[in-house]
Amino acid sequence: MATQQTRSLARFMMAPSVVLLFVWMIVPLVITIWFSFQQYNPLNPIRDGFVGFSNYALFYSNPAFLQSILNTLTLVVSVLLITVIGGIMLALLIDQPMWGQGIVRILVISPFFVMPPVAALVWKNMIMHPQYGVFADIARFFGAQPIDWFGQHPMLAIIIIVAWQWLPFATLILLTALQSLDGEQKEAAEMDGAGFISRFIYLTLPHMSRAITVVILIQTIFLLSVYAEILVTTNGGPGYASTNLPFLVYQKALLEFKIGQASAGGVIAVILANIVAFFAMRAVGKNLDK
Amino acid sequence: MARSVTTQHKTIATVAAWVVALLIFFPILYTIITSFKSEQEAIQGFSIIPSGTFESYAEVQAQSGYFKFFFNSVLLSVGSTILALLVAIPAAWSMAFSPTKRTKDILMWMLSTKMMPAVAVLFPIYLIFRDTGLLDSRIGLMIMLMLINLPIVVWMLYTYFREIPGEILEAARMDGASLWNEIVYVLTPMAVPGIASTMLLNIILAWNEAFWTIRLTTTEAAPLTAFISSFSSPQGLFWAKLSAASTLAIAPILIMGWFSQKQLVRGLTFGAVK
Repeated sequence: MATQQTRSLARFMMAPSVVLLFVWMIVPLVITIWFSFQQYNPLNPIRDGFVGFSNYALFYSNPAFLQSILNTLTLVVSVLLITVIGGIMLALLIDQPMWGQGIVRILVISPFFVMPPVAALVWKNMIMHPQYGVFADIARFFGAQPIDWFGQHPMLAIIIIVAWQWLPFATLILLTALQSLDGEQKEAAEMDGAGFISRFIYLTLPHMSRAITVVILIQTIFLLSVYAEILVTTNGGPGYASTNLPFLVYQKALLEFKIGQASAGGVIAVILANIVAFFAMRAVGKNLDK
Repeated sequence: MARSVTTQHKTIATVAAWVVALLIFFPILYTIITSFKSEQEAIQGFSIIPSGTFESYAEVQAQSGYFKFFFNSVLLSVGSTILALLVAIPAAWSMAFSPTKRTKDILMWMLSTKMMPAVAVLFPIYLIFRDTGLLDSRIGLMIMLMLINLPIVVWMLYTYFREIPGEILEAARMDGASLWNEIVYVLTPMAVPGIASTMLLNIILAWNEAFWTIRLTTTEAAPLTAFISSFSSPQGLFWAKLSAASTLAIAPILIMGWFSQKQLVRGLTFGAVK
């Protein structure tokens, strides 16, 4: 029974959130778009002015740009593949009857709570360090030459670290979905003689499809803006070998003070994110109707 | 009728799951182990039994004043969470109990702000913070973290509030409860578990936020994310110290995280998976 009074009250209660988010989103975005058409360098304020699309042209013709787009997509796709496939397998494993399931869950979910700089530094120094890392110890044990992960395979190293951070998330979400699967359905399928594989393909996988979609979409949002992991490990290098789009924009803005180009890069990042967001919103919106 | 489970099956599953779980947990475990080694010990190759010294912890505090960063992390994550709750609770309440045609659109729009890449607004935010003197201030960062997590907080609260039966509110209203009394005596007690869960998840997210906390701080307001990032350039023998600092940085949130698995699923999937 919504009266006029409660309705205006509702609007009043909603206002702070809406206004804050609106100001926070629109004002900086407008400034970014404005800067993307300006020649602006805080160290050299004389050469200011409107320059049309030349920042975009400069950013685009920068050899680092295509590399960074490629790296961004490589990172997103690789981590998604590893975490979704690994997450399904792990969720199926943990869902089995076993001793100490609660502790297994806690161990598996833990990496998700590790802040990105710690995760990256632990992997960099404790695990992948070419001299003192555990991988180097293992390599030496087998008489092999330790690998210089960040020098020789920077993208692979970052993919491993980021996948380690997100595998727990995928596993946890998929496990939650798996556990809501009706036990009687499983039994019925088993009685009908369906083997593990056909049960998985015709029963489990369709049941998990929504959770898998959600995992892919939410991870994509976060994976598109991976930053701290690159900052503390490779710093984008060697060269631009592990620079993704957010990192390139950061370099342009705060290291080279090429604000116009950085803003153009930022606008490109927004467009990229919006393409993903479009699909994400549709999926989440569908769930809202239920 | 429970499915018959052979002991053999259970044993295999147990062993396999524990092996995988320990492998995944290993980097964290090994960091904790190394934090109890001396620097000399830490570089002498693989070993899982430390000598049990606390010298790295003492050194981390003596050299860099660990507790200042820790205090900032606590202040920023708890402060931003409380701010976000203050703003979000009324909004979520009104959306859950007086939904209009536009409620869903507003929720979706809020979610969409979360999808804007932070890096796109890095420079404008940096300028605004610099010109208003908010750079490296705890208040500025607290507001920033509040805004970043506000959509998730509104969404999470909304999904919890929506499960509170509306009939109870109707009944309270029939009994002549004013709107204020309705909120304080009827709604709040029922909403507390949801608010607590939201708070827990939001503290975790704010604690681990590693873009703005690194870029908008230098010394005064710098939390643990910025502190840990200062270890990115090697400083001689620092493996044990790095491990001690890392352990201290993740321990509180790791333990909180273990208790919030369910909320995490719900909060990060915007209620799509429960």
